[in-house]
Order: sequence, then C-alpha cells, then structure tokens
Amino acid sequence: MEPAIEIRDLRKSFGTMQALKGVSLLVPQGDFFALLGPNGAGKTTLINALAGLSRPDSGVLRVMGHDVLKDYRAARRSVGVVPQELVFDPFFTVRETLRIQSGYFGLRHNDDWIDDILFNLQLADKAEANMRALSGGMKRRVLIAQALVHRPPVIVLDEPTAGVDVELRQSLWKFIQRLNQKEGHTILLTTHYLDEAEALCRHVAILKQGQIVAMDEIRHLLQSYQSESLEEVFVSIMHQHGSQGDQ
Amino acid sequence: MQGFRTLLFKEILRFWKVWFQTILAPLISTLLYLLVFAQVMAGRPTIYPGVTYGAFLIPGLVMMSMLQNAFANTSSSLVQSKVTGNLVFILLTPLSTWEFYWAYVLAAVVRGVLVGSVVWLTAWFFFELPLMHVFWLLAFTLLATIMAGSLGILAGIWAEKFDQMAVWQNFVILPLTFLSGAFYSLHALPPFWAQMTRFNPFFYAIDGFRYGLLGVADVSPWASLFVVGSTGLALSWTTLAVLRSGWRLRT
Ligand SMILES: Nc1ncnc2c1ncn2[C@@H]1O[C@H](COP(=O)(O)OP(=O)(O)O)[C@@H](O)[C@H]1O
Ligand SMILES: [Mg+2]
Repeated sequence: MEPAIEIRDLRKSFGTMQALKGVSLLVPQGDFFALLGPNGAGKTTLINALAGLSRPDSGVLRVMGHDVLKDYRAARRSVGVVPQELVFDPFFTVRETLRIQSGYFGLRHNDDWIDDILFNLQLADKAEANMRALSGGMKRRVLIAQALVHRPPVIVLDEPTAGVDVELRQSLWKFIQRLNQKEGHTILLTTHYLDEAEALCRHVAILKQGQIVAMDEIRHLLQSYQSESLEEVFVSIMHQHGSQGDQ
Repeated sequence: MQGFRTLLFKEILRFWKVWFQTILAPLISTLLYLLVFAQVMAGRPTIYPGVTYGAFLIPGLVMMSMLQNAFANTSSSLVQSKVTGNLVFILLTPLSTWEFYWAYVLAAVVRGVLVGSVVWLTAWFFFELPLMHVFWLLAFTLLATIMAGSLGILAGIWAEKFDQMAVWQNFVILPLTFLSGAFYSLHALPPFWAQMTRFNPFFYAIDGFRYGLLGVADVSPWASLFVVGSTGLALSWTTLAVLRSGWRLRT
C-alpha cells in the first residue's frame, strides 16, 4: 500500500532563509500523525508545499501516490487542508461556503454530507448564518468543515484547536478521531498542545529550524527517553539540538 | 466543468450580493456624466451629421462603464481574496488555471454587460437611440469586457494591498477611459492628443461599439475589432501565463 503522504528531501527557502532544509517524511495510510516543533520550525511551510499553496525549491511530494505538482488534480482531491490562518469569505453564509467548496471539487448535491459535518462540528444551528457573524471558534470549525466536504482520504490540520475553548476542543477531537478510526482517514496535524498530540496520535515528527530532529511512534519515544510525557521528550529533544525552542 | 461553473457562480453571486455598490453606484455616476455633459454640450455643432451630442455620448458611456466594471470585478475580487486570505479555498482545489481564468473573466463580462445594459436602458428613456449593427455591438461588448477583465486579473495578482489597486485605478484605468474618445470625437482633439488616443485600446472598443449602435465611427470597425481582439488575446495569454507560474499566488 502506498503511503498517504510521502515527502522526500523537501527544500524551501524564502530569500536567504532556509525554511526547510531537506525534510523527508512518510505517513502510512490510516495513521494519526503529529508534526510538532516550535514556532517558525517550518510546519506551515511544509503543509503549504504539500497542499500546493507554495512551490518547493526541490524535493518530491506525494499524496496517496499522486505527485502534488505533476498530478495536482488527483493530489488535491485526496487531501483536505485546514489552514492555520483564520480565513473566511465574508460574502457568504456557512451553508453557501460549504456548497461552493463542494462545487469546486465537482460535487453538486452534497447537502447530506454537509449537514452531517455541521452536526458533528456543532454548527447545525449556524448553517444559515453569515460567516461574519460567527465567533473565532465557530469560524475555525467552518474551516475544518470546508476541508472535509470532498471526503478526502487525507486530512491535514494546521493548529486546528488554536482559539477553540476546551469543551469544543474535546468534541472536535472526538470527531476527528472517529474520522480516523471508523472511516479510515489519515490525519496529519500540528498543534501546540502536546498533551493532545500524545493522547491522539500514533506517530510524531519533531521539526526544528527546518529539519526533522526526531520521528517515531510516540510510545517508542517515551520508552527511549524513559519519560512520562511527550512534553518532557519534546523539551529534552529541543535541548539536545542546541538553542531553546519557544514552545 | 462543475468546478468551473461553481467558481463562475460564486464570482457572480459575490457582486450580486452587493449590487448597490457594483451595479447601482456605477449606473448613477454614469447617468450623472450623461446629464451634465448632454446639458453643457447641447446646441454645440454635432460631431456626426444627424447625431445629437447625447446620442454620440451614450455608446461611449455605456462602453466606458462596461470596461470599468469588468476591470473592477476581477481586480477587486482578487485583491479582497488575497488580503483576507480566503483565496486559499480556491488554490486548494483541483481547478486548473484555465478554469480559474475563464470563471473570473466571464463573471467580469456578466457584470460589465449588466451595468452596460442598465445604463443603456435608462438612457433610452431620455434619448432617441438607434441600434444599427447588433453583431458589432455584441462583438465589441464581449471582446472589450474580456480584455478589461483580464487586465483586472493581472492587476489583482500584482497588487498586495488595497491602496496598490488605487494606483491602477488612477494611473491606468482613469487615463485610459478619459483619453478614449468617450466624450468627443478623435477629430476634435489637438494632434498630439489625437495621436495618444490612437494608442489606446479603450478608444477602439468605444469607437467600434459606437459603430454598432449609431452606425458611425472615427475608424473602420474592422480596425477596431483587430485592435481590441489582439489586445484581448495578448492580455488573456499573459494572464494565463502569469496564473500558471503561480506568481504572487502560490509563494
Ligand atoms: N511567505 C514567507 N516569506 C518569508 N518567510 C517566510 C514565509 N513563510 C514562512 N516564512 C518563514 O519560514 C519559517 C518557517 O515558518 P512556518 O512554516 O510558518 O513555521 P511554523 O508553522 O512551524 O511556525 C519562519 O522563519 C518564517 O518566518
Ligand atoms: Mg505554523
């Protein structure tokens, strides 16, 4: 079975700043994978390259076996991306937003699935509300809904719980966990909450200054560092690799 | 195909939801031009025999409003999406650059035609207006709005802030529309300005369109068709190439 996400020797610079210095990563299908690292480590840059939002300087990126540049249509159908920035289109209601997003992927009659997503993200009563009228946490959930309209086998979430309160965070994770366990979606996420990553994910990769400094199953990492928590592991890895991260 | 249709629909819905600004406001400002100029110029020697100044002015104003609104539609939609960041919703989809281009341009054509039609219909109440050559009328409507819509995409891709859009409005669109023969005949200009006007594709769009409505023009409609058509083609080609490169859209 081909990996859900395959990244080989990905390099990306902005001017003279090397944001990614040759990153390789394999995420097997059905995995729940956390990409961790301090601010500025290059997580979003990696996700943008995977999503086709930015062009890598070199390297190979594949989603479900589809090259994200050469076979971009199939690659983009295979992945749903929740961007880190809280963006929305103020012209439309929640339902219009999701219908339009479905249409971009060639889906016309998608309301059953849209209602299902809205229900699970506790947005059912906001379906006809204008995007402008939503709170930050609600907008974040609409972003997640938008990434799911085309039922992508791979779901990439860039800090999906930033600005979402504790209670909602839990129901959000329950939903994403269900997508992973019951429906077999592959999940790649970045988060600042290491306890969340530890509770949810199987694999973890830690990125620092554009390089992967650790990558393993979380339980293996905990064993090899003889540690109780991912937080501890993270801190000691950051120390090992020179200057202090700011997470 | 469905993806393209959705993007076209979304771009039309976007301006339709704010029709007050996107259709009514340009209608009112164009009618103000018409009322003021038609009053001021009433009684002056006519430009073409048998054509009142009002009748001369209307095709120019209709085409001017079509050009401006087609440009405004693509450029402001793109700048807004870039500034607010919601362009990612389109960039993340399997839409090709070709589909992206035509959806934006056709929405600009629709907006241009809508504004142009309401201006024309309103003017029709006040002035006696012939409709001489429907084919030429439609050809210039389509080619000119495609040309202006493409230019709007280029401007929208280039601009990273709203005030950079004002640069385009003030230094490109405004001079092009005022030096376009909308308000006067080419022959009424001093030689230097007449010569400048001959380099302006908007002039040919207006002149050709005027031929379609009134049956009179400064230059042959075939020459105008050639200029507007080749400018439109060159701009389309450039826009598609820029879109394909991902310049300022996919960093
Ligand atoms: N468009 C850009 N232009 C210039 N520098 C950028 C751009 N995007 C990201 N960077 C830089 O690349 C580095 C990695 O950023 P990012 O991928 O956003 O980190 P993370 O998501 O891990 O916090 C940072 O130093 C950031 O300043
Ligand atoms: Mg980030």
